[in-house]
Amino acid sequence: MADTGRSAVTRIPGFTAAALLTFVLLYVPIATLVVYSFNAAPSMSRWDGFSLQWYEAALQNRQVREVALRSLWLALAAGTMATLVATLAALATVRGGRFRGRTMIHALINQPLMVPEIVTGVALMVVFSVVRVRTGYDGMAYLVLAHTAFCIPFAYLPVRARLETLDPTLAHAAADLYASRVRAFLHVTLPLLWPGVLAGFMLAFVISLDAVVITEFVKSAGQDTLPTWMLGQLRRVVTPEMNAVATLLLGVSMLAVTAFFLLSRRRG
Amino acid sequence: MTAAQRRWLLLAPAVAILACVAAGPLLVMLVYSFLEPGEFGGVRPAFSLDAWFSVLFARDMFDPEIVEPNIAHLAILWRSVSLALQTTLVCIVLGFPTAWFIATRPRGTRELWLFLVTIPFWTNLLVRTFAIQEVIRNRGLVNTLLMQAGVIDEPIQMLYTDFAVLVGMAYVFLPLMVLPLYAAMERVDRRLLEAARDLYASRWRMFREVVLPLSRPGLVAGSVLVFIPAIGAWVTPRLLGGGRNLMLGNLIELQFGQGRNWPLGAALSMTLLALVLVALLVYLRAVDPDTRRRDHG
Amino acid sequence: MVVRAAYTFALVLAVACGAPVHAAGTLNIYNWGNYTPPALIQKFEEQTGIRVTITEYDSNDTALARVRRGGHGFDIVVPSNSYLHFWIDQDLLMPLDRAVVRGLDNIDPRWRDVDFDPGRRYSVPWLWGTTGVIVDTSVWDGDIDTADIFLDPPEPLRGRINVIPQMSDVMHLAVRAAGGEPCTDDREVLQAVRAQLDRARHHWIAIDYGTIDGFVAGDIAAGVYWNGAALRVRLARDDFRFGYPQTGFPIWMDNAAVLADARNPEAAMKFIDFILEPEHAAMISNFARYANGIAGSERYLDEVMRDAPEIRVPDELADAGRFSVACPREVHALYMRIWTEVLR
Repeated sequence: MADTGRSAVTRIPGFTAAALLTFVLLYVPIATLVVYSFNAAPSMSRWDGFSLQWYEAALQNRQVREVALRSLWLALAAGTMATLVATLAALATVRGGRFRGRTMIHALINQPLMVPEIVTGVALMVVFSVVRVRTGYDGMAYLVLAHTAFCIPFAYLPVRARLETLDPTLAHAAADLYASRVRAFLHVTLPLLWPGVLAGFMLAFVISLDAVVITEFVKSAGQDTLPTWMLGQLRRVVTPEMNAVATLLLGVSMLAVTAFFLLSRRRG
Repeated sequence: MTAAQRRWLLLAPAVAILACVAAGPLLVMLVYSFLEPGEFGGVRPAFSLDAWFSVLFARDMFDPEIVEPNIAHLAILWRSVSLALQTTLVCIVLGFPTAWFIATRPRGTRELWLFLVTIPFWTNLLVRTFAIQEVIRNRGLVNTLLMQAGVIDEPIQMLYTDFAVLVGMAYVFLPLMVLPLYAAMERVDRRLLEAARDLYASRWRMFREVVLPLSRPGLVAGSVLVFIPAIGAWVTPRLLGGGRNLMLGNLIELQFGQGRNWPLGAALSMTLLALVLVALLVYLRAVDPDTRRRDHG
Repeated sequence: MVVRAAYTFALVLAVACGAPVHAAGTLNIYNWGNYTPPALIQKFEEQTGIRVTITEYDSNDTALARVRRGGHGFDIVVPSNSYLHFWIDQDLLMPLDRAVVRGLDNIDPRWRDVDFDPGRRYSVPWLWGTTGVIVDTSVWDGDIDTADIFLDPPEPLRGRINVIPQMSDVMHLAVRAAGGEPCTDDREVLQAVRAQLDRARHHWIAIDYGTIDGFVAGDIAAGVYWNGAALRVRLARDDFRFGYPQTGFPIWMDNAAVLADARNPEAAMKFIDFILEPEHAAMISNFARYANGIAGSERYLDEVMRDAPEIRVPDELADAGRFSVACPREVHALYMRIWTEVLR
C-alpha cells in the first residue's frame, strides 16, 4: 500500500495511538534495565547518580568472563555450522523444482521452531546422557550440536529467501562458461548469495546466544553459558551487576541484529 | 551424478543433524512415556501405562480402586492453555494496530519501524524477562511511579502472579504477532480500501468488512506463532511465576528433577507436543485454501 | 572467501571439540547453589595450580539423577545426609584416600562416626543446618517457633510468605506439624497435611529461594527458610528472626564426597583434605552462614556467626530437631502428588 496522504483511507481511529503505545511498551522495560545498570545505588528503588561500578564488578567477576566467552564461541561455532548446513540444504530445496519428500524435508528443517524448547531440552538430556556413557566423551560437542540443530531453521530462512530472488539462468550461463559446476557456484552463485548467508549466520548466532532452555538441560560439568548462569543467579540474587551483564548481552545481540538488518536490506 | 543424487547429498548434513538431535530424541521420549520409572530417576525397561494414566487421573489416597481426576495436573494444563490463549489475545490487541500502522507508513520508513519491532524480538529472551521483572517488581518502575503519583500507597503485588506471567509472555512474543500481520497487510491493495470507503462510509465498517478479512492469514499465522511458544514457556513462568502457578513446561522439569518420575515427564512432554500439533493443524486448516489458490494461480 | 570460511570453520570446530574441559588439573565441583565461596576456590587454585569449575544443583534428586545417568564430568558432589546412603549403596562414590585425606581427625567428634557414613569412609562434612521459619518481627512479633507461620499464618504475614522449593523439607515440617513421623504413609495424617497445605498455599506469594533484596525491601515478611540463609537476611536487615517449629524441624548435613567415576580423583582428594582445614571450613561457613562440622574452625569464624541464634539451636527446642530422611519410592510419590497440588 503506497500511502502518503495524511488523512488517508488507511486511517483507523485509535490505531496510531495504540501502535505508538505498543512501541513505548516494547522499549520501556529494556530501557529501564539499561538505565539502572548505570545506577550508583545498589538497589532499584532509588537513583544515586551515574556510575560504571557494576560493569567493573561484572567484568572483574571471573565467572562472568568465563561464561560470556563460552557463550560467544559456542554461538560462533553453532552459528557457522548451522549456516553451512542450512545453505547446502537451501541450495537443494530451492533449485531444481519440486521433488518427492520436499514436505518432509521442510517439516524436519522447521521442527526446532515448532517443538517447545523444554521438550527438546529434556529429550536431549536423556539421549545425550546415554551417548556420554557409551563414548566417555563429555566435552562441548553436545552443546555445539544441540545449538546447531536449533539454529538451522533460522539460518535457512534468509539463505532461501535470497536464493529465490536469484536468477537461475545466471548459474546456467555460468555453468556453460566455467564448465565446472563447482566453479560456477563459487564464482557466480556464492558471491550473489553471500549477503543471505551472512544474514543467516547473524540470526543463527543470535539464536544460539539466546538459547537458555536447551543449554540448561544439555550442559555438563563446567559448561555454563551466560544465559544459564544468569538463570541460576536471578532466582537468588538480583543486583545491579545483573543489569550490567544483561545490558552487555543486549548490546551484542543488537549489534548482530543490526548487521543482519543491513545485510538483508542490501539488494543483490 | 544425477540431479536427485546431488540434491540428497546437499541435504544430507542437515537431515543427519536434525534427525539425530531434533527428531530422534522425541521418539526416545515417546518410548520412555510407556515405561516404568526407575528408583531415582531414569526408567526401568518394563511396559506401563501408568505415566499416561497420571497425566489426567490419580488414585484415591485411601482406596486405590477409586479413580479421580488429577486436580494438580488439570489445573496446570488449564493454566497453560488459558495463559497461552490470553497471551495470543493481548498480542492481537496490541499487534494489530501496530502492524497496520507500519503497513501504512510511506515505503521508505516502513523498514525502520519494522526493525524497531524486530530488535526486542532478537534480543535475549532471558534479558527481556528479567527486564519485565524489574518493571513490575514491588519496588520496580510501575509501582514506584504509581506511588509517587499518589495513585497507590502500597505497592501492588504483580510479580509472582499469573498476571506477571501473562505480561511477560505477551511482551516477549509480541513481535511474532506483528511480523506476519504486517506481511499480510502489506499486500492489501489500496484501491480496495478506497472502494470500501466509498461503499461503507464508516471507517469501522471498512475495518470490519475489508481490513479484517484481508489480514486474516496474517492473524492466523501470528496467533499460532505466539500460541506455540507461549504454551511451552518455561523461563517466563519460572522467573515471573515465583515457583508456583506452574505451567506445563515447569511441571515437566519437576518430574525429571525432584519428582523422580521420568516416564511421567515424558508423557507430559508428549501431551505438550500434542497441544502444539493441534495448534498447527488449526493453522494449516485456516491457511490451506489460501496457499493452494496461490500455488495454482 | 570460501577457503577462508572453511578454515575458520575448521578452527572453530577444533576449539569446540578439541579443548577438553577436563584437562589434567581441572576439578569439577557439583554443589548446591550459592554454597561455594569464591575466595576458598581461589585459594585452592593458587595453592595447587588446579583449575576449579562449579556447577550448581537445586535438589538432592536432581544431583543424584544426573550423576546416575553418567557422563556428567563431575569430580566432587555434596549430597545431604538423607541421600548419602543411596550414593554409597549404588557405588557412585569413591572411598576417601587416607594417604591424601589426612585431616579426618579435624572432624568434630559429633560428626565423625555418623550413621549415614559409618567411619567417614566416603564423605566429610561440608555444612550442616536446620530448616525452619523466618519472620520479619516488625510485621509480626508473636511466637515464631511454630510451623503455623507458613501453615496457618497470622493475618499480617498473609500474602507475604515465601516457601523454599524443597519438597522434602516442607513436607517434613508439615507432616510433623500434623503429628506424623517423617516419611509417614499414614493416610489420615497425609490427608490432614494435604488439606492444611491447600489452605495455606493461598497465603504464599512465592515458592522460590527468596532474594535478600526481597526480604530487605519488605516484599517477603516470612516463610520457610534454612537457618544460614536466614542469618544472611538478618545481617542485611535486623528485623528478621529464625524460628524452630516446636512440632518438629529437620536437621541436615551436606557432605563433600568424591565421585566413583571422577576424572581427576587426585585433585578431588586434595580438595577434600583442603576443606578439612579449620581455617578453610570457616571460610565456607563465613560465606554461606551455616555451621561446619570441623573442630577448631570456631576461631576463624566471623564475629556475627559465633553465637548466632540461627546457628545455635535453643536447648528447649533441641529435641524437636530430627535428622532428615529420604522417603521410600511409594511414599515419595505420595508426597510429590501433594506437593504438585501445592504448586498448581
